[in-house]
Amino acid sequence: MTTTAPAERSGRAPRPPQEPQRPVSELKPRELLRWCWRQLTSMRTALVLLLLLALAAVPGSLIPQKNVDSLKTSNWQQAHTTLTPIYQKLDLFDVYGAPWFAAIYILLMLSLIGCIVPRLFVYWRGLRAQPPATPQRLTRLPDSTSYLTSESAEEVLARARTVLRKRRYRLRKQSSPDSVASERGYLREAGNLVFHLSVIIVLVGFAMGSLFGYKGGVIVNVGSQYGFTNQMTQYDDFDPGSLFSASRLDDFNFTIDKFDISWLHSGPRAGMARGFQSHLTYQQGNGPKKTYDLRVNHPLTIGGTEIFLIGHGYAPVITVRDGHGKIAYSGPTVFLPQDNSFVSFGVVKAPYAKPEGIGLNAMFYPYEVTVHGDPVNLTGDIGSGKDAGKHAVLSFQAWKGDLNPTAGPQSVYQLDTSKATKVTAPGGKAFNLHLGQTVKLPGGIGSVTFNGIERWNKLQISKEPGKRIALGGVCLALLGLLGSLFIRPRRVWVRARDTEDGTLVEVAALDRSGGGDTAAVVEGLVASLRGQSLEDRS
Amino acid sequence: MTDHDWGTLSNQAVAAAAVVYFLALLAHLVEWSALVGAGRAAKASADRAAAAAPTTPEPAAEPVGASVGGVERAAGAPSALAGSLTSAAGRAAAPAAAGDGADDADDAARHERVALFGRLGYLLTVIAVACHLVALVGRGMAADPNRVPWGNMYEFTLSGTFVVAAIYIALFRKFKLSWMSPLVVAFVLAVLMVGVIVLYEPVAPLTEALNSYWLVIHVISAILATGAFTLGGITSVVYLIKSRSTKETGWIGRVPSLETLDRVSYRIHAFGFPVWTFAVLITGPIWAHQAWSSYWNWDPKEVWAFITWVVYAGYLHARATAGWRGRRAAILALVGMATLWFNFIGINYFSTTSQHSYAAPATSTLDRVEALR
Repeated sequence: MTTTAPAERSGRAPRPPQEPQRPVSELKPRELLRWCWRQLTSMRTALVLLLLLALAAVPGSLIPQKNVDSLKTSNWQQAHTTLTPIYQKLDLFDVYGAPWFAAIYILLMLSLIGCIVPRLFVYWRGLRAQPPATPQRLTRLPDSTSYLTSESAEEVLARARTVLRKRRYRLRKQSSPDSVASERGYLREAGNLVFHLSVIIVLVGFAMGSLFGYKGGVIVNVGSQYGFTNQMTQYDDFDPGSLFSASRLDDFNFTIDKFDISWLHSGPRAGMARGFQSHLTYQQGNGPKKTYDLRVNHPLTIGGTEIFLIGHGYAPVITVRDGHGKIAYSGPTVFLPQDNSFVSFGVVKAPYAKPEGIGLNAMFYPYEVTVHGDPVNLTGDIGSGKDAGKHAVLSFQAWKGDLNPTAGPQSVYQLDTSKATKVTAPGGKAFNLHLGQTVKLPGGIGSVTFNGIERWNKLQISKEPGKRIALGGVCLALLGLLGSLFIRPRRVWVRARDTEDGTLVEVAALDRSGGGDTAAVVEGLVASLRGQSLEDRS
Repeated sequence: MTDHDWGTLSNQAVAAAAVVYFLALLAHLVEWSALVGAGRAAKASADRAAAAAPTTPEPAAEPVGASVGGVERAAGAPSALAGSLTSAAGRAAAPAAAGDGADDADDAARHERVALFGRLGYLLTVIAVACHLVALVGRGMAADPNRVPWGNMYEFTLSGTFVVAAIYIALFRKFKLSWMSPLVVAFVLAVLMVGVIVLYEPVAPLTEALNSYWLVIHVISAILATGAFTLGGITSVVYLIKSRSTKETGWIGRVPSLETLDRVSYRIHAFGFPVWTFAVLITGPIWAHQAWSSYWNWDPKEVWAFITWVVYAGYLHARATAGWRGRRAAILALVGMATLWFNFIGINYFSTTSQHSYAAPATSTLDRVEALR
């Protein structure tokens, strides 16, 4: 993407011949530093670093990454006990935050800055410089031609000046009297510089996001009695940038008043959700309450914070009574969908029920029918109106005894059954409840009631400062890229001399970017020089 | 027409396009085999001057391709056998009596045949691309609501191959691409068939995250760039083959000079790169930000798109500054194409954490649960 390699670039610059012959031990620290800097900013190094960056990004796409999917990563680590310690030493579970990955892109940045800054000055000087004077022997250039004409040299040169000016060439002012020297395509190098500078802008924007931003996830039940207030304790998972502080959290709260969903009833994806939206009421600080219809691809922005709808599911309302008839657990319980038809899994824990703790591993079937004696879940739609939930089934296994509530942090989606005893329905089966039904657990330990069905939304809430800077940077980079790829820097010279046979006109062009079709440029110029002269004669 | 009719039409049009592509491929192969004959004939007449070891010409069993053109030429002349692969040996040993006059007539006929089958192949390709377009439109109309036909891997393959073929047709005259015809047609046909056999999925509505106008902008630019890079890659392959060959005849002889190949390859890549930049570094992040809440997630597809971008940036950079032209640039371009196609198909089989998983052939239910973690 660079047009020239100015002398500042050691990659191509000829070095004094004695330098490589000197023993390394004689290098003084300052020379060594300079040598290192030259190596770093050489084109070859930049290229190697660029390709190294591509190579270094590969393992992160094949090995599960902690930041991308922590659950998958821990599962993988449990399955590969030999590799895990090695990979951990090499930071392969967090490639994009690893020091060696950072080393590559920081070196690349240094190399880039070391390359661009001197070139900015070169470009600045070049901008104000005159196009180079006409070489002595034009016809020696690879793309050149000459012809004889009866017109005078002045006429030809005057026409050449007009034609070249029209084609937006810059003409040399103090040109030798028998020739015209011109140049165009200065913006190519400008585009090139803009592209490289924009890469730095993008990195700054990206760094701002990962340092000062955060990303958090929360599951919020649908209903105006629930809701969310933007405080760190309210998040289910929270992933802050390294310089993030809690004071950066915007002050707002919202409730999900209503959740609309439409289902596919036919076709290959029947039973799946087609579209869904949440009706939010939100309030910023003490400001007025506002509403917003939140959909996938249409996030809500409050201040600098954005709220995304990324998932939804059912939360069956379950009540567990203990052996004394006291309510040990009650409320909507978030169940996680297992497939497209929203067969969902959830856990209920009532560890302090008397006389014994009660735990449930439960499955929720939104719309179950019996086909040939086997229960089949037809769709994720529980229906609406008074038939809502008519075909929904809550199926669970129960456990009694010590649920290990003091064993440290536990997942709400996992039941610790190591010290508990399984309780089964008659015949060793699972318990099945329809909406409104209650089942007594054997042994008088209590009962379970399936009271109702609510819904939840999974929301991603994040703040990414610098994202506009990054976007602006990329757009600028694209603009610069287009300039550096498609603007052709050209130098064109025309010389006209009187000879015995008439006026000898020599035309030559040079494309310093290579790849340009300079022969066509020369041809075109000659055609317009001669074409006009033919018209004049006729 | 009902949605179902459109779907059927699309499938039939894909089949028709495949058949016509195949015919186009055959025509181009005939064209090439004639070139092989032309090369050998030229060599044979040169050989004749030096060595004379006349043996009886072998009775040649003419292959399907060559016989079509062979019939048109003067019957009885030994040169009638030329142009076929198997008869070339016989021709080399043909009696010198055949003379140069016969060779000239032979060459003219052969050139005519090359031109004829070249045109025929091109025409068939145009027809196939038209069928291909019908298949795409049908696919889009078959969905309810109607949508762009690139919602899953099968449809993306359909669109991608279409763009490769369409760019080829569009640039055919400008860059005089007749030398790459069999390669492009074979590539399009092969990938299209892989799509039909391995990746086919019935028409279905889009998943919620795909339901965005960014699907149009992002995917069109990605497909365009993929098509351009693929053509550039094919040019680089041809460059490498030609650079290793000393032959000046046959289809190698027909391929433009190494400098031209290098330049064409560069120009196609120079077109593809900004489009790819737009696709993966501008529209991709914008859409990712809207749908997944973060503009860059280090998702495997994103990572590989970035790797592809870096490799092609390296390609352009190397050409411009390090003076890497020709062989080394061609190899770099091929590395780029490998990452591109690995990202398109391969990564789905190596990684299951991709949020682009709607493009994957199958996702386990566990993944979906984790997606909602």
